Amino acid sequence: MELFINQLINGLNTGSIYALVAIGYTMVYGIIKLINFAHGEIMMFGAYFAFVFAYMIPWNLPFILIIIISMILAAIMGMLIERIAYKKLRKAPRISALITAIGMSLFLQNLALLIFGASYKRMRPLVSTEPVHLFGFNISKLTLITIGLSVFFMMVLTFFIHKTKPGKAMRAVSQDKGAAILMGINIDNIISLTFAIGSALGALGGIFYAMAYSQIYPTLGVMPGLKAFIAAVFGGIGNITGAMVGGYLIGIIETMTKAYISKQWVDAIVFGLLILILLFKPSGLLGKSTKEKV
Amino acid sequence: MSVLTVKNLGISFGGLRAVDNFDISIENDELVGLIGPNGAGKTTIFNLLTGVYIPTDGDILINNKSTLGKKPNEIVMLGSSRTFQNIRLFKNMTVLDNIKIAYHNRMSYGLFGSIFKTKKYRLEENKAVQIASELLDVFGLDMYKNDLAKNLPYGKQRKLEIARALATNPKILLLDEPAAGMNPQETEELMETIKLLKKQFDISILLIEHDMRLVMGICERIVVIDYGKIIAKGNPEAIRTNPDVIKAYLGE
Amino acid sequence: MDKLKQLHKTLVNNKFINYTVVFFIFIILFLLINSGVINRYLSNLIIMILIMIVMATSLNIATGFLGQLHLGHAAFMGIGAYTAGIIGIALQDVIASDLLLFLVATFGAMITAGFAGFLVGTPALRLRGDYLGIMTLGFGEIVRTVITNLKSITNGAQGLSGIPRIMTFPIAFWTTVIVVTLIFLFMNSRHGRAIISIREDEIASESVGINITRYKLLGFILASMFAGVGGSMFAFKESFLAPISFNFIKSVEIFVIVVLGGMGSLSGSIIAAIVLVFLPEYLRDFNQYRYLLYSSVLIIIMLYRPQGLMGTKEINFIKIKTWIKSKYTKVFLKGSD
Repeated sequence: MELFINQLINGLNTGSIYALVAIGYTMVYGIIKLINFAHGEIMMFGAYFAFVFAYMIPWNLPFILIIIISMILAAIMGMLIERIAYKKLRKAPRISALITAIGMSLFLQNLALLIFGASYKRMRPLVSTEPVHLFGFNISKLTLITIGLSVFFMMVLTFFIHKTKPGKAMRAVSQDKGAAILMGINIDNIISLTFAIGSALGALGGIFYAMAYSQIYPTLGVMPGLKAFIAAVFGGIGNITGAMVGGYLIGIIETMTKAYISKQWVDAIVFGLLILILLFKPSGLLGKSTKEKV
Repeated sequence: MSVLTVKNLGISFGGLRAVDNFDISIENDELVGLIGPNGAGKTTIFNLLTGVYIPTDGDILINNKSTLGKKPNEIVMLGSSRTFQNIRLFKNMTVLDNIKIAYHNRMSYGLFGSIFKTKKYRLEENKAVQIASELLDVFGLDMYKNDLAKNLPYGKQRKLEIARALATNPKILLLDEPAAGMNPQETEELMETIKLLKKQFDISILLIEHDMRLVMGICERIVVIDYGKIIAKGNPEAIRTNPDVIKAYLGE
Repeated sequence: MDKLKQLHKTLVNNKFINYTVVFFIFIILFLLINSGVINRYLSNLIIMILIMIVMATSLNIATGFLGQLHLGHAAFMGIGAYTAGIIGIALQDVIASDLLLFLVATFGAMITAGFAGFLVGTPALRLRGDYLGIMTLGFGEIVRTVITNLKSITNGAQGLSGIPRIMTFPIAFWTTVIVVTLIFLFMNSRHGRAIISIREDEIASESVGINITRYKLLGFILASMFAGVGGSMFAFKESFLAPISFNFIKSVEIFVIVVLGGMGSLSGSIIAAIVLVFLPEYLRDFNQYRYLLYSSVLIIIMLYRPQGLMGTKEINFIKIKTWIKSKYTKVFLKGSD
């Protein structure tokens, strides 16, 4: 039982990371119907930013400031990517935009390779990993912070989306771009904002991911990126709550599979799950299905 | 003989009853118009007839064979064929190839024939080119046959789509707003074409149209629907003066 | 003399001119390799190019002609490669002829890869666009995990070694020619037309009587089978296989070739394969920028020339001949003025 609870906490930890990254996928998809393949790389760059500000620049910044700076830089990067590579393709066939996104993903990986080198960088956790005693369990402080901060940011996002003016504009654009324009919404700005928010949260996920595994490398974002995408599809792509729920579910499923079924087969099982979802409920848990109009 | 018989057709999307209790019977060589205000369910009926949607109730018979449980491509084989409200051509293929696709099921050479260019391959391909050219000739498109479909002017694209539908050798042709986006002169030309093809190909036509001049000008019989239900049937003259129709279009 | 004239006539006859050009390319490369002008390193590179041509033209069936986003092509190559490798190891002492061994192994590779294509295609092709892309990507990752974990058959992550190194330039060249020719002929039949019509507009295709489910599956299986051929060539060239060779990055590499060459153009795939395999190898110092180049090319093409180098057009030596002839005649006429 204790093992199970521990695994569940591990699952929530991984799930928080997937949820943060999945939000970026789902928001971008919701607004411009693009699977932003480069999102995993934003996550990776987010981790590198944190690494740079924590270890390469001797300012001794506090943890929270490092996180915020990294998130802001990632947000700028996300907006730049959209302006440079995706904006021109908004009216192009979706396959063109998707190929561009794949190209962008490869580009960023190799850019990181060029800047930071292929060797794994050791990312010491920026917060203490010593266990905290909670409800009779020993949980590492890092895990608590990961879960706590993730939930905090998700709550902020939910508030922002539902209660603020730009949040409402964002939802309007995702429902009907044409009508949103007629209502005087500047969709370029809204799309940029979407990329910025998604990228910032993705970077946060990347930082937590790098700290959890204590290392950074240029392809860091590929696997968690794909899994976060699966989480987004699982929850119903385009649906932000769905991405959060999906993230936690995939995190827990993955951890439990590793603990109780097989370490080697875990990737095959998670991807198998993706295929099953796509086949039997492509709209996901909370999504709505759509059909092409004839 | 009835080419198309529809009995008690209905479909619901969730709670919305998009088409309800729709009946129609079209005889050989008839030209029938299906009209109604926007959102009345006209295109939905076409999608039901061609198997894009599966009806919640009722039955559709084409040449006395039910289309229920058949896929769109199998329904074409029963003898019905359609065009689309927003033209759907194979844009990056030549005009000739657009027609030849529709002959697909009348050719029979297999993979082996494709690779070794057997005699059967050559005979069937040549025949397809010949028939396709004749068909294009009827529509005055013969001179464009090696152009890509996307390069044709709008009106010609409409014609090509009709020609392609005819190439499947249907008994009934379903035209979804053939005059949409056309100027009066093009519409005039289209009316002539429709009259001509009806005579030349011995087929029945069911068409959806908003251009009343076209509908009143060429249809022998008109069915009016509103909110998915038939509100009037009859010849153009009767429809023109039917109070229910006027109410549907103009409101109370 | 008459016979020579006759031969000349047959060779430059329209029908045969494409074959003639291919044959001459073969003779020239063959002589250069055998005389040592092209060294071992370069001839290996040429074989690699030929393998990538097979991979790109086969992916072109699914992506270029059928219009389906397929991001797991390397997985089918991997299935073919492992099948061929295992058959090669098992039968190398039984079958004396290298060519026969290659043919038997390739046949096996086509069957397993084709069957995998059938298994994946049946459910996957119900999906559209990006969803299909994600599914094929997921399938590719599953194949890689399976190959890594089936240690008793594939020797896992350490890789499968000891495959007879029997791939020669002539075998690779003619295998490639046969694959490309088969794909070309297939695409110029009613079946190929049906496949292209699905790319153009699925709903319209169905509305003129094309069984789109059947043709999507056929296209997908053919693509997989020829990927198996590429895998078999790769196995007998490298003599060693590791699961990492068939990962997502490999699928993307093949995909980039198809996109750069033009989706729906076989000659485009051939040119792009030559350029994209040659260029980074040729500029050795450039090697660390290799994928930076790949990815930038991909983005720039999508932004400024989404149809690729060739669009859906094909290079045809018959047309080139007529073109040269018309030029020649003009010059000739001017000269007689």
